[in-house]
Amino acid sequence: MSDKIKITLTVNGTAMTAEVEPRRSLADMLRDDLRLTGTHLGCEHGVCGACTVLVDGKPVRSCLMFGVQANGASVRTVEGLADGDRLHPLQQAFWENHGLQCGFCTPGFLMLAAGALEENPDMTDEEIRDVLSSNLCRCTGYQNIVKAVRLAAEVMKAGPAPQATRS
Amino acid sequence: MKPALFDHVAPASIADAVAALAGHPGAMVIAGGQSLLPAMNFRLATPPALIDISRIAELKTLTVTDRAVVVGAMVRHRTVELDPAVARAQPLLAAALAHVAHVPIRNRGTVVGSLCHADASAEMPLLLLLTDGHMVVAGPTGRRTIAAADFFRFHLTTSRAADEIALEAHFPVLPAGAGWAFEEVARRSGDFALASVGVIVERAADGTARKVAIAAGGIASRPIRLTEAENALLGTTLNDETVELAAQAAAAAVTAPGDIHASAPCAASWWRRSSARPSPPHATAPPPPDRDRRRPPPARTAPPPQPPGSDRPTEEDGPDDPDPKEDGPRNIR
Repeated sequence: MSDKIKITLTVNGTAMTAEVEPRRSLADMLRDDLRLTGTHLGCEHGVCGACTVLVDGKPVRSCLMFGVQANGASVRTVEGLADGDRLHPLQQAFWENHGLQCGFCTPGFLMLAAGALEENPDMTDEEIRDVLSSNLCRCTGYQNIVKAVRLAAEVMKAGPAPQATRS
Repeated sequence: MKPALFDHVAPASIADAVAALAGHPGAMVIAGGQSLLPAMNFRLATPPALIDISRIAELKTLTVTDRAVVVGAMVRHRTVELDPAVARAQPLLAAALAHVAHVPIRNRGTVVGSLCHADASAEMPLLLLLTDGHMVVAGPTGRRTIAAADFFRFHLTTSRAADEIALEAHFPVLPAGAGWAFEEVARRSGDFALASVGVIVERAADGTARKVAIAAGGIASRPIRLTEAENALLGTTLNDETVELAAQAAAAAVTAPGDIHASAPCAASWWRRSSARPSPPHATAPPPPDRDRRRPPPARTAPPPQPPGSDRPTEEDGPDDPDPKEDGPRNIR
Protein backbone atom coordinates (compact mmCIF):
# COMPACT_ATOMS: atom_id res chain seq x y z
CA MET A 1 0.00 0.00 0.00
CA SER A 2 0.97 3.57 -0.67
CA ASP A 3 4.11 2.75 -2.63
CA LYS A 4 5.70 5.90 -3.89
CA ILE A 5 4.78 6.91 -7.41
CA LYS A 6 7.06 8.80 -9.75
CA ILE A 7 5.49 12.05 -10.93
CA THR A 8 6.61 14.13 -13.87
CA LEU A 9 5.25 17.62 -14.24
CA THR A 10 6.16 21.12 -15.31
CA VAL A 11 6.47 23.72 -12.57
CA ASN A 12 6.90 27.34 -13.62
CA GLY A 13 8.12 26.19 -17.00
CA THR A 14 10.70 23.73 -15.69
CA ALA A 15 10.27 19.96 -16.03
CA MET A 16 10.44 18.33 -12.60
CA THR A 17 10.04 14.88 -11.13
CA ALA A 18 9.11 13.69 -7.67
CA GLU A 19 8.47 10.37 -6.00
CA VAL A 20 5.51 10.69 -3.67
CA GLU A 21 3.05 8.62 -1.72
CA PRO A 22 -0.43 8.81 -3.28
CA ARG A 23 -1.67 10.65 -0.19
CA ARG A 24 0.79 13.50 -0.68
CA SER A 25 -1.15 16.63 -1.60
CA LEU A 26 0.05 18.75 -4.49
CA ALA A 27 0.70 21.51 -1.95
CA ASP A 28 2.92 19.30 0.19
CA MET A 29 4.64 17.93 -2.89
CA LEU A 30 5.45 21.47 -4.05
CA ARG A 31 6.70 22.53 -0.63
CA ASP A 32 8.43 19.43 0.72
CA ASP A 33 9.54 17.50 -2.35
CA LEU A 34 10.18 20.29 -4.84
CA ARG A 35 11.23 22.84 -2.17
CA LEU A 36 8.93 25.53 -3.50
CA THR A 37 7.73 26.95 -0.22
CA GLY A 38 6.04 30.04 -1.65
CA THR A 39 2.75 28.13 -1.73
CA HIS A 40 1.23 28.35 1.74
CA LEU A 41 -1.06 25.93 3.52
CA GLY A 42 -3.76 27.32 5.76
CA CYS A 43 -6.76 25.14 6.42
CA GLU A 44 -5.91 22.03 4.37
CA HIS A 45 -9.56 21.45 3.57
CA GLY A 46 -10.32 23.84 0.77
CA VAL A 47 -11.78 26.81 2.60
CA CYS A 48 -9.02 29.43 2.87
CA GLY A 49 -7.42 29.37 -0.58
CA ALA A 50 -3.90 30.17 0.69
CA CYS A 51 -2.56 27.21 -1.32
CA THR A 52 -4.05 28.34 -4.66
CA VAL A 53 -1.82 27.53 -7.65
CA LEU A 54 -2.49 27.36 -11.38
CA VAL A 55 -2.86 23.87 -12.85
CA ASP A 56 -2.97 23.93 -16.65
CA GLY A 57 -3.69 27.64 -16.39
CA LYS A 58 -6.60 27.48 -13.98
CA PRO A 59 -6.55 28.40 -10.29
CA VAL A 60 -7.12 25.40 -8.02
CA ARG A 61 -6.66 24.54 -4.34
CA SER A 62 -3.42 22.58 -4.16
CA CYS A 63 -4.53 21.09 -0.81
CA LEU A 64 -7.53 19.52 -2.58
CA MET A 65 -5.44 17.77 -5.18
CA PHE A 66 -3.05 14.86 -4.77
CA GLY A 67 0.38 15.15 -6.31
CA VAL A 68 -0.34 12.02 -8.36
CA GLN A 69 -3.27 13.86 -9.95
CA ALA A 70 -0.83 16.47 -11.24
CA ASN A 71 1.16 13.89 -13.19
CA GLY A 72 1.82 15.44 -16.61
CA ALA A 73 0.28 18.79 -15.65
CA SER A 74 1.68 22.27 -15.99
CA VAL A 75 1.73 23.94 -12.58
CA ARG A 76 2.48 27.57 -11.83
CA THR A 77 3.22 28.87 -8.36
CA VAL A 78 3.95 32.27 -6.88
CA GLU A 79 7.67 31.68 -7.51
CA GLY A 80 6.95 31.90 -11.23
CA LEU A 81 5.26 35.30 -11.19
CA ALA A 82 8.21 37.69 -11.07
CA ASP A 83 10.60 37.99 -13.99
CA GLY A 84 13.95 38.08 -12.21
CA ASP A 85 13.93 41.22 -10.12
CA ARG A 86 10.95 42.64 -11.95
CA LEU A 87 7.72 42.07 -10.07
CA HIS A 88 4.62 40.84 -11.87
CA PRO A 89 2.05 43.67 -12.20
CA LEU A 90 -0.09 41.92 -9.59
CA GLN A 91 2.80 41.79 -7.12
CA GLN A 92 3.63 45.43 -7.84
CA ALA A 93 0.00 46.44 -7.32
CA PHE A 94 -0.26 44.52 -4.03
CA TRP A 95 2.95 46.28 -2.89
CA GLU A 96 1.79 49.75 -3.88
CA ASN A 97 -1.76 49.43 -2.57
CA HIS A 98 -1.14 47.71 0.74
CA GLY A 99 -2.73 44.52 -0.55
CA LEU A 100 -0.88 42.52 2.07
CA GLN A 101 0.03 42.83 5.71
CA CYS A 102 1.30 39.57 7.21
CA GLY A 103 1.46 38.10 3.72
CA PHE A 104 0.43 34.55 4.54
CA CYS A 105 -2.58 34.55 2.22
CA THR A 106 -0.84 36.58 -0.49
CA PRO A 107 0.56 33.77 -2.69
CA GLY A 108 -2.93 32.30 -2.95
CA PHE A 109 -4.53 35.64 -3.78
CA LEU A 110 -1.84 36.40 -6.37
CA MET A 111 -2.29 33.07 -8.17
CA LEU A 112 -6.08 33.29 -7.95
CA ALA A 113 -6.04 36.75 -9.48
CA ALA A 114 -3.41 35.81 -12.08
CA GLY A 115 -5.54 32.90 -13.30
CA ALA A 116 -8.74 34.93 -13.27
CA LEU A 117 -7.20 37.84 -15.21
CA GLU A 118 -5.76 35.49 -17.80
CA GLU A 119 -9.21 34.01 -18.33
CA ASN A 120 -10.92 37.39 -18.39
CA PRO A 121 -8.73 40.54 -18.55
CA ASP A 122 -11.86 42.74 -18.45
CA MET A 123 -13.42 41.67 -15.17
CA THR A 124 -15.91 44.10 -13.69
CA ASP A 125 -15.55 45.11 -10.05
CA GLU A 126 -18.37 42.72 -9.23
CA GLU A 127 -16.63 39.87 -11.00
CA ILE A 128 -13.33 40.64 -9.24
CA ARG A 129 -15.11 40.52 -5.89
CA ASP A 130 -16.86 37.30 -6.83
CA VAL A 131 -13.59 35.61 -7.78
CA LEU A 132 -11.73 36.91 -4.73
CA SER A 133 -14.52 35.69 -2.42
CA SER A 134 -12.85 32.30 -2.88
CA ASN A 135 -9.93 33.19 -0.59
CA LEU A 136 -9.62 34.35 3.00
CA CYS A 137 -7.45 37.15 4.37
CA ARG A 138 -7.41 37.62 8.13
CA CYS A 139 -5.52 40.88 8.53
CA THR A 140 -5.29 43.21 5.55
CA GLY A 141 -8.95 43.21 4.72
CA TYR A 142 -10.26 42.83 1.25
CA GLN A 143 -10.66 46.41 0.02
CA ASN A 144 -7.00 46.87 -0.82
CA ILE A 145 -6.78 43.44 -2.42
CA VAL A 146 -9.71 44.27 -4.69
CA LYS A 147 -8.11 47.62 -5.47
CA ALA A 148 -4.74 46.02 -6.24
CA VAL A 149 -6.26 43.49 -8.60
CA ARG A 150 -8.27 46.17 -10.38
CA LEU A 151 -5.21 48.36 -10.87
CA ALA A 152 -3.05 45.40 -11.93
CA ALA A 153 -5.67 44.52 -14.53
CA GLU A 154 -5.34 48.02 -15.99
CA VAL A 155 -1.56 47.83 -16.04
CA MET A 156 -1.62 44.41 -17.67
CA LYS A 157 -4.02 45.60 -20.35
CA ALA A 158 -2.16 48.86 -21.00
CA GLY A 159 1.37 47.67 -21.48
CA PRO A 160 3.14 44.63 -22.85
CA ALA A 161 2.68 42.63 -19.70
CA PRO A 162 5.70 40.66 -18.54
CA GLN A 163 5.22 36.95 -18.95
CA ALA A 164 3.91 35.36 -15.81
CA THR A 165 6.11 32.36 -16.43
CA ARG A 166 9.03 31.57 -18.63
CA SER A 167 7.32 28.56 -20.15
CA MET B 1 -4.52 17.10 8.70
CA LYS B 2 -3.13 14.61 6.22
CA PRO B 3 -5.06 11.70 4.67
CA ALA B 4 -4.47 8.12 5.74
CA LEU B 5 -2.47 5.84 3.48
CA PHE B 6 -4.19 4.52 0.38
CA ASP B 7 -3.41 2.86 -2.94
CA HIS B 8 -3.84 4.92 -6.08
CA VAL B 9 -5.24 3.10 -9.12
CA ALA B 10 -5.66 5.02 -12.37
CA PRO B 11 -7.32 2.80 -15.00
CA ALA B 12 -7.58 3.94 -18.61
CA SER B 13 -10.97 2.41 -19.46
CA ILE B 14 -14.38 2.05 -17.88
CA ALA B 15 -14.07 -1.74 -17.87
CA ASP B 16 -10.73 -1.54 -16.06
CA ALA B 17 -12.17 0.95 -13.59
CA VAL B 18 -15.12 -1.32 -12.77
CA ALA B 19 -12.71 -4.24 -12.33
CA ALA B 20 -10.41 -2.15 -10.13
CA LEU B 21 -13.31 -1.07 -7.94
CA ALA B 22 -14.40 -4.70 -7.56
CA GLY B 23 -10.83 -5.77 -6.80
CA HIS B 24 -10.26 -3.26 -4.01
CA PRO B 25 -12.82 -3.73 -1.23
CA GLY B 26 -13.73 -0.42 0.38
CA ALA B 27 -12.21 1.59 -2.46
CA MET B 28 -13.75 4.89 -3.50
CA VAL B 29 -13.94 6.55 -6.90
CA ILE B 30 -12.21 9.91 -7.24
CA ALA B 31 -13.00 12.37 -10.03
CA GLY B 32 -12.35 16.01 -9.07
CA GLY B 33 -12.00 15.17 -5.37
CA GLN B 34 -13.31 18.50 -4.12
CA SER B 35 -15.55 16.85 -1.53
CA LEU B 36 -13.54 13.67 -1.05
CA LEU B 37 -10.20 15.33 -0.27
CA PRO B 38 -11.55 17.46 2.59
CA ALA B 39 -13.20 14.34 4.00
CA MET B 40 -9.92 12.43 3.68
CA ASN B 41 -7.89 15.30 5.12
CA PHE B 42 -10.20 15.26 8.14
CA ARG B 43 -9.96 11.44 8.11
CA LEU B 44 -13.71 11.29 7.94
CA ALA B 45 -13.03 9.09 4.92
CA THR B 46 -10.18 6.57 4.95
CA PRO B 47 -10.58 4.50 1.79
CA PRO B 48 -7.86 1.83 1.39
CA ALA B 49 -7.72 2.64 -2.32
CA LEU B 50 -8.83 5.36 -4.71
CA ILE B 51 -9.94 4.52 -8.23
CA ASP B 52 -8.91 7.64 -10.15
CA ILE B 53 -11.09 7.92 -13.28
CA SER B 54 -9.33 11.01 -14.67
CA ARG B 55 -7.47 9.04 -17.35
CA ILE B 56 -10.62 7.62 -18.93
CA ALA B 57 -11.06 9.69 -22.08
CA GLU B 58 -14.70 8.82 -22.75
CA LEU B 59 -15.74 10.25 -19.38
CA LYS B 60 -14.51 13.71 -20.40
CA THR B 61 -17.22 14.42 -22.96
CA LEU B 62 -19.92 17.05 -22.60
CA THR B 63 -22.69 16.57 -25.16
CA VAL B 64 -25.73 18.71 -25.91
CA THR B 65 -28.47 16.96 -27.88
CA ASP B 66 -31.99 18.15 -28.67
CA ARG B 67 -33.12 16.12 -25.66
CA ALA B 68 -30.53 16.55 -22.95
CA VAL B 69 -27.25 17.93 -21.72
CA VAL B 70 -25.15 14.82 -21.12
CA VAL B 71 -22.30 15.39 -18.68
CA GLY B 72 -19.50 12.80 -18.48
CA ALA B 73 -18.11 11.88 -15.09
CA MET B 74 -14.84 13.79 -15.62
CA VAL B 75 -16.42 17.03 -16.86
CA ARG B 76 -15.63 19.86 -14.46
CA HIS B 77 -18.24 22.23 -13.08
CA ARG B 78 -16.56 25.20 -14.72
CA THR B 79 -16.62 23.59 -18.17
CA VAL B 80 -20.38 23.12 -17.98
CA GLU B 81 -20.87 26.60 -16.50
CA LEU B 82 -19.10 28.36 -19.38
CA ASP B 83 -20.37 26.25 -22.29
CA PRO B 84 -22.57 28.38 -24.61
CA ALA B 85 -24.45 25.37 -26.00
CA VAL B 86 -25.31 24.23 -22.48
CA ALA B 87 -26.52 27.72 -21.59
CA ARG B 88 -28.87 27.69 -24.57
CA ALA B 89 -30.18 24.16 -24.00
CA GLN B 90 -30.58 24.23 -20.23
CA PRO B 91 -29.92 27.69 -18.76
CA LEU B 92 -30.66 26.46 -15.24
CA LEU B 93 -27.30 24.66 -15.22
CA ALA B 94 -25.20 27.81 -15.60
CA ALA B 95 -27.47 29.73 -13.21
CA ALA B 96 -27.11 27.09 -10.51
CA LEU B 97 -23.40 26.41 -11.12
CA ALA B 98 -22.58 30.04 -10.35
CA HIS B 99 -23.61 29.18 -6.77
CA VAL B 100 -21.43 26.07 -6.50
CA ALA B 101 -18.54 26.94 -4.16
CA HIS B 102 -15.88 29.14 -5.79
CA VAL B 103 -14.13 29.25 -9.13
CA PRO B 104 -11.04 27.24 -8.03
CA ILE B 105 -13.32 24.51 -6.67
CA ARG B 106 -15.40 24.56 -9.86
CA ASN B 107 -12.20 24.26 -11.90
CA ARG B 108 -11.57 20.84 -10.30
CA GLY B 109 -14.92 19.57 -9.08
CA THR B 110 -17.17 17.58 -11.39
CA VAL B 111 -20.93 17.70 -11.86
CA VAL B 112 -21.27 13.92 -11.63
CA GLY B 113 -19.05 13.86 -8.55
CA SER B 114 -21.34 16.36 -6.87
CA LEU B 115 -24.36 14.24 -7.80
CA CYS B 116 -22.74 11.13 -6.31
CA HIS B 117 -21.67 13.02 -3.19
CA ALA B 118 -25.36 13.98 -2.85
CA ASP B 119 -25.15 16.71 -0.28
CA ALA B 120 -28.75 17.63 0.51
CA SER B 121 -27.92 21.31 0.08
CA ALA B 122 -26.00 21.02 -3.18
CA GLU B 123 -27.22 22.55 -6.43
CA MET B 124 -26.59 19.77 -8.94
CA PRO B 125 -28.74 17.14 -7.17
CA LEU B 126 -31.55 19.70 -7.01
CA LEU B 127 -31.27 20.34 -10.75
CA LEU B 128 -31.22 16.67 -11.73
CA LEU B 129 -34.40 16.19 -9.72
CA LEU B 130 -36.02 19.37 -11.06
CA THR B 131 -35.39 18.47 -14.70
CA ASP B 132 -36.41 14.81 -14.30
CA GLY B 133 -32.89 13.82 -15.29
CA HIS B 134 -31.14 10.52 -14.80
CA MET B 135 -27.78 8.90 -14.10
CA VAL B 136 -26.01 6.18 -16.02
CA VAL B 137 -23.84 3.91 -13.88
CA ALA B 138 -21.68 0.86 -14.68
CA GLY B 139 -21.03 -2.16 -12.48
CA PRO B 140 -19.83 -5.76 -12.81
CA THR B 141 -23.20 -6.79 -14.29
CA GLY B 142 -23.35 -4.00 -16.87
CA ARG B 143 -24.83 -0.56 -17.16
CA ARG B 144 -28.09 0.77 -15.80
CA THR B 145 -30.01 4.02 -15.74
CA ILE B 146 -31.26 5.52 -12.49
CA ALA B 147 -33.91 8.26 -12.56
CA ALA B 148 -33.16 11.27 -10.36
CA ALA B 149 -36.23 10.49 -8.26
CA ASP B 150 -34.70 7.11 -7.38
CA PHE B 151 -31.08 8.25 -7.08
CA PHE B 152 -31.04 10.50 -4.02
CA ARG B 153 -31.83 8.51 -0.91
CA PHE B 154 -30.56 10.51 2.03
CA HIS B 155 -27.89 13.01 2.98
CA LEU B 156 -24.70 11.83 1.20
CA THR B 157 -26.45 8.62 0.14
CA THR B 158 -27.52 7.52 -3.33
CA SER B 159 -28.80 4.31 -4.88
CA ARG B 160 -25.51 3.78 -6.72
CA ALA B 161 -24.13 0.49 -5.44
CA ALA B 162 -20.67 0.27 -3.88
CA ASP B 163 -19.35 -1.61 -6.92
CA GLU B 164 -20.78 0.84 -9.46
CA ILE B 165 -19.17 3.87 -11.10
CA ALA B 166 -21.29 6.78 -12.31
CA LEU B 167 -20.54 7.42 -15.99
CA GLU B 168 -22.74 10.35 -16.91
CA ALA B 169 -25.66 12.53 -15.91
CA HIS B 170 -28.48 13.47 -18.28
CA PHE B 171 -30.15 16.83 -17.70
CA PRO B 172 -33.14 17.18 -20.08
CA VAL B 173 -33.17 20.43 -22.02
CA LEU B 174 -35.48 23.24 -20.97
CA PRO B 175 -38.83 22.62 -22.69
CA ALA B 176 -39.53 25.11 -25.46
CA GLY B 177 -41.36 28.16 -24.16
CA ALA B 178 -40.83 27.26 -20.52
CA GLY B 179 -39.91 29.82 -17.90
CA TRP B 180 -37.50 29.07 -15.10
CA ALA B 181 -35.90 30.45 -11.99
CA PHE B 182 -33.19 29.47 -9.54
CA GLU B 183 -32.76 31.15 -6.17
CA GLU B 184 -30.74 30.35 -3.11
CA VAL B 185 -30.04 31.73 0.35
CA ALA B 186 -26.51 31.30 1.71
CA ARG B 187 -24.60 33.07 4.46
CA ARG B 188 -21.68 33.92 2.21
CA SER B 189 -20.87 33.72 -1.46
CA GLY B 190 -19.96 30.13 -2.29
CA ASP B 191 -21.34 28.54 0.86
CA PHE B 192 -23.71 25.65 0.69
CA ALA B 193 -27.28 26.89 0.43
CA LEU B 194 -29.32 27.15 3.60
CA ALA B 195 -32.22 26.85 1.19
CA SER B 196 -32.40 26.75 -2.58
CA VAL B 197 -35.19 26.36 -5.10
CA GLY B 198 -35.48 25.76 -8.82
CA VAL B 199 -38.67 26.20 -10.84
CA ILE B 200 -39.71 25.30 -14.38
CA VAL B 201 -43.15 26.38 -15.62
CA GLU B 202 -44.74 25.62 -18.97
CA ARG B 203 -47.86 27.57 -19.88
CA ALA B 204 -50.81 26.71 -22.07
CA ALA B 205 -52.06 29.05 -24.79
CA ASP B 206 -54.51 30.66 -22.35
CA GLY B 207 -51.64 31.56 -20.03
CA THR B 208 -52.35 29.01 -17.33
CA ALA B 209 -49.58 26.78 -16.06
CA ARG B 210 -49.89 23.34 -17.66
CA LYS B 211 -46.68 21.85 -16.23
CA VAL B 212 -44.92 22.94 -13.07
CA ALA B 213 -41.75 21.51 -11.57
CA ILE B 214 -40.39 22.85 -8.29
CA ALA B 215 -37.40 21.31 -6.51
CA ALA B 216 -35.75 22.40 -3.29
CA GLY B 217 -32.39 21.85 -1.59
CA GLY B 218 -31.24 22.27 1.98
CA ILE B 219 -34.65 21.86 3.57
CA ALA B 220 -34.73 18.07 3.99
CA SER B 221 -32.32 15.13 4.12
CA ARG B 222 -32.09 15.16 0.33
CA PRO B 223 -33.26 17.35 -2.55
CA ILE B 224 -37.02 17.09 -2.85
CA ARG B 225 -39.78 17.93 -5.30
CA LEU B 226 -42.46 20.19 -3.81
CA THR B 227 -45.50 18.42 -5.18
CA GLU B 228 -48.03 20.43 -3.20
CA ALA B 229 -46.52 23.70 -4.31
CA GLU B 230 -46.48 22.44 -7.89
CA ASN B 231 -50.16 21.55 -7.60
CA ALA B 232 -50.97 24.97 -6.15
CA LEU B 233 -49.74 26.55 -9.38
CA LEU B 234 -50.93 23.94 -11.86
CA GLY B 235 -53.79 25.16 -14.04
CA THR B 236 -53.67 28.67 -12.63
CA THR B 237 -52.36 31.90 -14.02
CA LEU B 238 -49.30 32.86 -12.03
CA ASN B 239 -50.43 35.80 -9.95
CA ASP B 240 -49.53 37.04 -6.49
CA GLU B 241 -52.29 34.97 -4.93
CA THR B 242 -51.36 31.61 -6.45
CA VAL B 243 -47.66 32.19 -5.93
CA GLU B 244 -48.35 32.96 -2.27
CA LEU B 245 -50.30 29.70 -1.94
CA ALA B 246 -47.41 27.82 -3.53
CA ALA B 247 -44.96 29.52 -1.16
CA GLN B 248 -47.08 28.44 1.82
CA ALA B 249 -47.05 24.86 0.56
CA ALA B 250 -43.29 25.09 0.04
CA ALA B 251 -42.71 26.39 3.58
CA ALA B 252 -44.62 23.40 4.96
CA ALA B 253 -42.10 21.07 3.34
CA VAL B 254 -39.17 22.18 5.53
CA THR B 255 -38.08 19.24 7.69
CA ALA B 256 -34.40 20.02 8.23
CA PRO B 257 -33.58 20.89 11.83
CA GLY B 258 -31.86 24.13 12.75
CA ASP B 259 -28.09 24.29 12.97
CA ILE B 260 -25.31 26.74 13.67
CA HIS B 261 -26.14 28.69 10.50
CA ALA B 262 -29.88 29.04 10.92
CA SER B 263 -32.58 28.09 13.38
CA ALA B 264 -35.36 26.03 11.85
CA PRO B 265 -37.97 28.86 11.96
CA CYS B 266 -35.41 31.29 10.54
CA ALA B 267 -34.59 28.89 7.72
CA ALA B 268 -38.28 28.37 7.03
CA SER B 269 -38.79 32.11 6.81
CA TRP B 270 -35.90 32.62 4.42
CA TRP B 271 -37.05 29.67 2.44
CA ARG B 272 -40.54 31.06 2.11
CA ARG B 273 -39.24 34.45 1.05
CA SER B 274 -36.91 32.83 -1.44
CA SER B 275 -39.51 30.50 -2.90
CA ALA B 276 -42.06 33.26 -3.33
CA ARG B 277 -39.73 35.35 -5.44
CA PRO B 278 -39.47 33.44 -8.72
CA SER B 279 -42.07 34.49 -11.22
CA PRO B 280 -41.56 32.62 -14.47
CA PRO B 281 -42.07 32.66 -17.30
CA HIS B 282 -40.93 35.80 -19.02
CA ALA B 283 -40.57 36.54 -22.68
CA THR B 284 -37.32 38.39 -23.06
CA ALA B 285 -34.06 38.51 -24.94
CA PRO B 286 -31.95 35.37 -24.78
CA PRO B 287 -29.20 35.53 -22.21
CA PRO B 288 -25.69 36.02 -23.49
CA PRO B 289 -23.86 32.73 -23.07
CA ASP B 290 -21.33 33.71 -20.44
CA ARG B 291 -22.75 36.68 -18.62
CA ASP B 292 -25.87 37.58 -16.67
CA ARG B 293 -27.10 34.06 -16.60
CA ARG B 294 -30.08 34.65 -14.37
CA ARG B 295 -32.26 36.18 -17.01
CA PRO B 296 -35.09 33.86 -18.02
CA PRO B 297 -34.92 32.33 -21.48
CA PRO B 298 -36.91 33.58 -24.44
CA ALA B 299 -40.41 32.31 -24.91
CA ARG B 300 -40.55 29.86 -27.77
CA THR B 301 -43.49 28.54 -29.71
CA ALA B 302 -42.38 25.11 -30.95
CA PRO B 303 -43.76 22.15 -28.99
CA PRO B 304 -41.21 20.95 -26.50
CA PRO B 305 -39.43 17.63 -26.91
CA GLN B 306 -40.53 15.12 -24.32
CA PRO B 307 -37.66 14.56 -21.91
CA PRO B 308 -36.90 10.96 -21.04
CA GLY B 309 -38.29 9.78 -17.75
CA SER B 310 -40.67 12.69 -17.34
CA ASP B 311 -43.63 10.43 -16.68
CA ARG B 312 -42.34 9.33 -13.33
CA PRO B 313 -44.35 10.27 -10.30
CA THR B 314 -42.88 12.85 -7.99
CA GLU B 315 -42.71 12.30 -4.30
CA GLU B 316 -42.72 14.91 -1.67
CA ASP B 317 -40.18 13.79 0.86
CA GLY B 318 -38.14 10.94 2.19
CA PRO B 319 -39.52 8.66 4.87
CA ASP B 320 -36.69 9.28 7.25
CA ASP B 321 -36.68 13.01 7.98
CA PRO B 322 -35.73 14.91 9.98
CA ASP B 323 -32.06 14.47 9.32
CA PRO B 324 -30.04 14.17 12.51
CA LYS B 325 -26.73 14.82 10.76
CA GLU B 326 -27.13 18.16 9.08
CA ASP B 327 -24.03 19.82 10.48
CA GLY B 328 -20.41 19.53 9.41
CA PRO B 329 -18.30 21.59 7.05
CA ARG B 330 -20.65 23.37 4.70
CA ASN B 331 -18.61 25.55 2.45
CA ILE B 332 -16.50 22.85 0.88
CA ARG B 333 -17.37 20.27 -1.67
